Amino acid sequence: MMRFLLPLAGFLAMAIFLGVGLTRNPREVPSPLVGKAAPAFTLPQLDARPEAAGKTFSPADMQGKVWLLNVWASWCVSCKVEHPHLVDFAKAGIAPLVGLDYKDQREDALAWLKLHGDPYTLSAYDRDGRVGIDYGVYGVPETYVIDKAGVIRYKQIGPVTPEVLKSKIVPLVRELQR
Amino acid sequence: MALAALVLMLAGPMVHAAESKAAADEALIERRLNAISEELRCLVCQNESLAGSRADLAIDLRREIRTLIVQGKSDREITEFMVARYGDFILYRPPLKATTILLWAGPFLIVLIGLAVLFRNLKRRRADDPTLTEDDRQKAAALLTGKDA
Repeated sequence: MMRFLLPLAGFLAMAIFLGVGLTRNPREVPSPLVGKAAPAFTLPQLDARPEAAGKTFSPADMQGKVWLLNVWASWCVSCKVEHPHLVDFAKAGIAPLVGLDYKDQREDALAWLKLHGDPYTLSAYDRDGRVGIDYGVYGVPETYVIDKAGVIRYKQIGPVTPEVLKSKIVPLVRELQR
Repeated sequence: MALAALVLMLAGPMVHAAESKAAADEALIERRLNAISEELRCLVCQNESLAGSRADLAIDLRREIRTLIVQGKSDREITEFMVARYGDFILYRPPLKATTILLWAGPFLIVLIGLAVLFRNLKRRRADDPTLTEDDRQKAAALLTGKDA
């Protein structure tokens, strides 16, 4: 009996390991930033209108609010995929959504927002991607949920889908707002 | 005029010396940059090191490492800087800790299991060694000669 049971157990263990291991997405690297304070920065805003001239944005400005930081760029293809869902999210008025325009040209970015709609409360302009490095950005789009104390609570790598919004982000935001 | 020429003649080698020192520093920075980025994974193209990748992010991160070197940070501090942002995954050699113990000890564990199975089987085979009794011998002889026992 043991003669069959042992190899069978070995096979099952292997099958479980491979089954779990191979179905995970290697692109989704767990971020060490979840549970840590959102890195501080001060960046100019993307807004090019004269009345916005010289305005900057820092995460500290959002102290006391639960908010979302969405890293996007006009050159980013999958940003186009998630964009309508972000527009819907902004319309629902659940939480402020701040954009981080990553390694982009200002004119391109503004034209892109004009074309696809602007769901952002404002967008910070990270021209050289230096702030992106502090946030561990490696695949745009990325979205962070940041709580009232300025701690990152969740990071979405890749486009936000309606499922992720409904099952993870919105419930988390509601819970943090309490 | 002659004085100016003299000053120029004297200043020439000094300028050269400063240049070659800068060049030596540059070579050192380059060497450290390569050594560090060789050990780090490019997260955009995961099978390439930061040193070998031409991805945009890899270029930015190499520039970042260079800045940190110039600021006088140690190799260890630079690696920690990267891990703080991108996690252990950026390291090609994962650190030994509770979550990675299976990764490091796994191969040795499998070798141990293999050895245990091997010894068990060898022992069993030795125990099964057939020794013929007198009875068996007669039976065999009968079969070989074609007569019933």
